[in-house]
Amino acid sequence: MMMIFGIPAPLLFGQLLLGLINGAFYAMLALGLSIIFGMLNIINFAHGALFMMGAFAAWVLLHYLGIGYFPALILSPILIGIFGIVLERTLISQLYKLDHLYGLLLTFGLALVIQGLFRNYYGSSGMPYDIPDALQGATNLGFMYLPIYRGWVVIAALVVCFSTWAIIEKTFLGARLRAATENPAMVRAFGINVPRLITITYACGVGLAAFAGVLAAPIYSVNPDMGDNFINTVFAIVVIGGMGSILGSIITGFGLGVIEGLTKVFYPQASATVVFLVMVIVLLFLPRGLFGKTA
Amino acid sequence: MLEVKDLNAWYGESHVLHGASFEVREGEVVTLLGRNGAGKTTTMKSIMGLVPRRQGSIRYRGAELIGAPPERIARAGIAFCPEERAIFGSLSVTENLMLPPVVAPGGLDVATIYELFPNLKERASTAHGTKLSGGEQQMLAIARILRTGAKLLLLDEPTEGLAPVIVQQIGRTIREIKKRGFTVLLVEQNFRFAATVADRHYVMEHGQVVDMIPNHLLESSMDKLHEYLGV
Repeated sequence: MMMIFGIPAPLLFGQLLLGLINGAFYAMLALGLSIIFGMLNIINFAHGALFMMGAFAAWVLLHYLGIGYFPALILSPILIGIFGIVLERTLISQLYKLDHLYGLLLTFGLALVIQGLFRNYYGSSGMPYDIPDALQGATNLGFMYLPIYRGWVVIAALVVCFSTWAIIEKTFLGARLRAATENPAMVRAFGINVPRLITITYACGVGLAAFAGVLAAPIYSVNPDMGDNFINTVFAIVVIGGMGSILGSIITGFGLGVIEGLTKVFYPQASATVVFLVMVIVLLFLPRGLFGKTA
Repeated sequence: MLEVKDLNAWYGESHVLHGASFEVREGEVVTLLGRNGAGKTTTMKSIMGLVPRRQGSIRYRGAELIGAPPERIARAGIAFCPEERAIFGSLSVTENLMLPPVVAPGGLDVATIYELFPNLKERASTAHGTKLSGGEQQMLAIARILRTGAKLLLLDEPTEGLAPVIVQQIGRTIREIKKRGFTVLLVEQNFRFAATVADRHYVMEHGQVVDMIPNHLLESSMDKLHEYLGV
């Protein structure tokens, strides 16, 4: 058997792949949080719950309406995005004039309420969601077997993350978004409806979380607490990448997923803490994070 | 074109404008003169809807705008170039130029804008608007509102902190856009500059308009003006 640094190659690559998959979810969730933070100036603590709702939406669509995985990949983000619009218009928008802490408290409370409701209706044991037929099986890459679904998750996440990045950095709509993040009052004075832009931004950030939720459904069981497993790490990643930095969230998300995977191979005891260790080190030297703008 | 009557404005607890009244007629260049803190910038921001609390009346082409949000005021055809220029660092020069949406027909096209501001054409590919020099940023801040079709331009101290040669260029630009049918309300500290571009001058003191001087009487009103401005 091939060995790398005294580790069997399949084990190393297996953990690398797992790390990459976790990284894909980290990146999508951190990206949504970053977009929302940039525009709304609130840390969306409900993000994990909305990720979970995305997975549940896929499950509900399949079990009650017979709508399969691929349509759900589009429908679920739309449904949860609409739910996000309602949340933003009715609750979150009431807090823009107050301290950021209120937004944090509100979204944290929302997360608890949403999770509580789902636990009440569906229990906490979790529901299975099958991998769609088209993505079943595995392929031999020569040095390891790659389950096709896992490869798909990484590719889908990369495509979605970099499309989002390109829309924000390269398009006309993105330019408005960046300008409104920098100086909302002036952008309004140009005749652009910034409150509506804020609502759309929140809906898109939430939609990204729901998309990640659907991708996650066949890998992890669909259960009310599935967001919790990710969200603490994701907050750390947003901080490491630099609050509000789009590219920073994507790169840090994938990067730390991989670092976590490698830690599982070389020093498994530290795998749960390595992200926070990185956070401490990064913040010691770069208080604004790896990609944070210096004011 | 613009009628401001008995305008009051507050920043939190502090009452900044105390019943300012003046008017701007179509095709005019009108300045607001006054010492620091007289309320000139606040008047501009109140017209644009950027002051949290205001009362009185601001009528533009007959429509009352006192309670309207900034985006509606902009859509009515008023554009604002703030003192701090508000060039966006996360946008390229071209993105900055193209950011304000067109609100009415009759704005200048990009080719004409580059004719008026040749420097901007050279710097169009600059990745961050804030990498431009102060003068270039000022040009960009004026240029981007000429595109929108807004016919009333509010320019807040466009010459502040700029080299004399650039001040002259801005003077030429203001005369040129007046010729093209734009109306300009200008805040200026430098009344010698104001005299080269304006038709009339309003003098502000303590949040009120206390005097109006037509430009041709400016020379003969120097004593009075020195007293108002404390220069």
